[in-house]
Amino acid sequence: MFNFKNICMIGFSLLFLCGLLLIGCSNQEVGGTGDAARKVYVPPGSYDEFYAFFSGGFSGQVTVHGLPSGRLLKTIPVFSQNAENGYGYNEESKNMLMTSFGFIPWDDAHHPELSQTNGVPDGRWLFINANNTPRIARIDLKSFETTEIIQIPNSGGNHASPFVTPNNEYVVASTRFSVPIPQADVSIESYKENFKGTITFIKVEETGKMEIAFQILVPGFNYDLSHSGKGPSFGWSFFTCYNTEQANNLLEVNASRNDKDFIAAVNWKLAEQYIAEGKFRTLDANYRHNYLDENHIAKSETGESVKVLDPQNCPGLIYYLPTPKSPHGVDVDPTGEYIVGGGKLAAVIPVHSFSKMISAIENKEFESEVDGIPVLKYESVMAGEVQNPGLGPLHTEFDGKGYAYTSMFLSSEITKWKLGTWEVVDRVPTYYSIGHLMIPGGDSQSPWGKYVIALNKITKDRYLPTGPELAHAAQMYDITGDKMELLLDFPTMGEPHYAQAIPASLVMENQVKIYPLEDNHHPYAVKSEAESKVERKGNEVHAYITTIRTHFSPDNIEGVKVGDKVYFHITNLEQDWDIPHGFAIMGARTSELLVMPGATNTIVWEPQQPGVYPFYCTDFCSALHQEMQGYVRVSPRGSNTPIKFNTKK
Amino acid sequence: MKTRSKLFIIIGALLLAATYYFPLWVIDLQAPQYPEGLGLEIWINRITGAHDYDLQKVNNLNHYIGMKAIYPESIPELKVMPWVMRALMLVGIIVGIAGKRSWLTVLLILFVIVAIAGFIDYYMWGYDYGHNLDVENAIIKIPGQSYQPPLIGSKMILNFKAVSLPGIGGWAVILSFLTWLSIAVIEHKQARKQYEHSK
Repeated sequence: MFNFKNICMIGFSLLFLCGLLLIGCSNQEVGGTGDAARKVYVPPGSYDEFYAFFSGGFSGQVTVHGLPSGRLLKTIPVFSQNAENGYGYNEESKNMLMTSFGFIPWDDAHHPELSQTNGVPDGRWLFINANNTPRIARIDLKSFETTEIIQIPNSGGNHASPFVTPNNEYVVASTRFSVPIPQADVSIESYKENFKGTITFIKVEETGKMEIAFQILVPGFNYDLSHSGKGPSFGWSFFTCYNTEQANNLLEVNASRNDKDFIAAVNWKLAEQYIAEGKFRTLDANYRHNYLDENHIAKSETGESVKVLDPQNCPGLIYYLPTPKSPHGVDVDPTGEYIVGGGKLAAVIPVHSFSKMISAIENKEFESEVDGIPVLKYESVMAGEVQNPGLGPLHTEFDGKGYAYTSMFLSSEITKWKLGTWEVVDRVPTYYSIGHLMIPGGDSQSPWGKYVIALNKITKDRYLPTGPELAHAAQMYDITGDKMELLLDFPTMGEPHYAQAIPASLVMENQVKIYPLEDNHHPYAVKSEAESKVERKGNEVHAYITTIRTHFSPDNIEGVKVGDKVYFHITNLEQDWDIPHGFAIMGARTSELLVMPGATNTIVWEPQQPGVYPFYCTDFCSALHQEMQGYVRVSPRGSNTPIKFNTKK
Repeated sequence: MKTRSKLFIIIGALLLAATYYFPLWVIDLQAPQYPEGLGLEIWINRITGAHDYDLQKVNNLNHYIGMKAIYPESIPELKVMPWVMRALMLVGIIVGIAGKRSWLTVLLILFVIVAIAGFIDYYMWGYDYGHNLDVENAIIKIPGQSYQPPLIGSKMILNFKAVSLPGIGGWAVILSFLTWLSIAVIEHKQARKQYEHSK
């Protein structure tokens, strides 16, 4: 059957195939070469060039990485309790997680967004949305700490959020899931009749403090992502929407029927005018606004109403730009002229022109109207389509040199194309299934176009396997040359949907190192060991304890009884950078505390059984850290043991 | 005395005013854990940290070895020194105006006495803090170890390298002394030349 010739043929073919595979492998694995290693190597003791802020996705937090090294610098607790430092457990931060539904220990964080001045990230704050129970948080980049969370009423699934306008005039929010507004017990099948969407504009004060300025009632579609106009398009914000079919079940099929959905162009300058003219109605609402007060204690206030604009009575407020196939991302280029849609099921990348949009509005080139919102003609607003970019375009960022980079979820790649000519100039594979992508400042007016980071949804074989759940992979590419070059893979926390990065110099100089004791006006602070004390108030015991290397004052406490609620108010007297003290007591069903130098934190302990319970410092603080401990004696319920404590003489 | 010499004597006196704006002496404490720096500044009327909160940090570190905490308000020298400096300046200006060579010599002697007294006092102060330790409550006890910072120069104190040097105010005082000394020498030579000439 097999003669020698045939065997040789098969042999050569196999060899040839192996060769091809080898070439294939070496082409694929461009990262990790000596040259790439040099580009990402940050020598010990040296700093990274950029801070990068990654959303923690279903972890509810934000992680901070350095670029180009990819090193994890910090996890900032935002929407989830963090027993590691007491966030959401201690008395000072508990209110930060309050909502109209009560205390919520978790959320799904998607899009970090740096505050901007003149359309460029300024390093003051980082905003991030909670998708599940609609909220927006503000993180102060002086302390890398969540200082404010505002709940968004009349919303379900806060996804197109919290994108900022060029001077933080507003951060935006909108409903991914339309819901009855106001909420009501109605049949789900009555979707088309009863369900509505909202787009929310939240005012940002000069201090950073947020306030809901107004909401716009919009047709009951799914509002997905957003970006604000800049330069010539300043004063407008753009929101993608899908499910214009208004399906209420099996959206996978039922919301994919229309060839085109919309990008909503919202004229927020005009909205301000309508508000000033009183063209709004006031809807009852119930939402929480939580913020750290001057004593660094979270206050939770209830909002009871909101101003609502209806496009039916506000001509010119919103226009719909038809956009192919359930668009996901909407990204505005640095010049402010081009609005790029990410039609996730489309075969092209559609790009709208702002100037064409304005003339189409002037010439009334409308194809239809939806609930009083004119739909512009696609041909009248389209600047161009990027042909054959790959499959599944989602998001686009810009390098400031005339190029755009679009993530292609289905074909797992980044496509680089030229603004204006719409030609594809380069494509690189990502491993695997890229979602967002990020260039430092890449959605601003002035990107630092040095790297693009791919935020991948699927990891598979990229790292040592760790059971069924794997860390999501981020990948960094050098984009300074004509061709993108893969430099680095690094694992991230949760599911990082989006990330933003900023040159380190804009953030590092402002860092808080300690809190001056003289400025600590916490009502339970004690500023010296001499003032430390323990007091009983009914069945509450308040222990005012100080920490300094390497002891607690007092460190022996008696007179606590079963049934008491013990408040440990710990003031860290240290005034030295990087010397926090920890506090943990046996059997506490709350968490530990990590108290920063000069700060006061309180944790509650409810002892269950008589005995003597040790407490200790959990953060290695000095050579005598192991000696930093104390005891609390707990007597039976109803006993007469007097309050007794020692302080250092 | 030449007008130029008189002028320089007054300039020398005015230089001393720098001690109100800059520290006399700086003790720099270097250790791996303090990449941001740690140190004390001795001023004419106060002791401060070289950076915010350095004094508190040093006092806290010193509790391990049983050293007394430094409370600047309880150090009497810091109340006396401003008066001594003012007196020296005043005398300097008077000598400059008067332009008498013998007065200048007296000024220099006075200066040397003040400087020596100052150094002795500073040394004794350092000796007291470095040796009179609360041995009973000290956490770290190393037999024979003292913690006196050097008067000038550097010395290892446990994990700290202590470097003690004049501050800008101190250099101003030194410059002021050198100015007066040079004028004295120049004037002396001048007088001698005139004397020999007249012979």
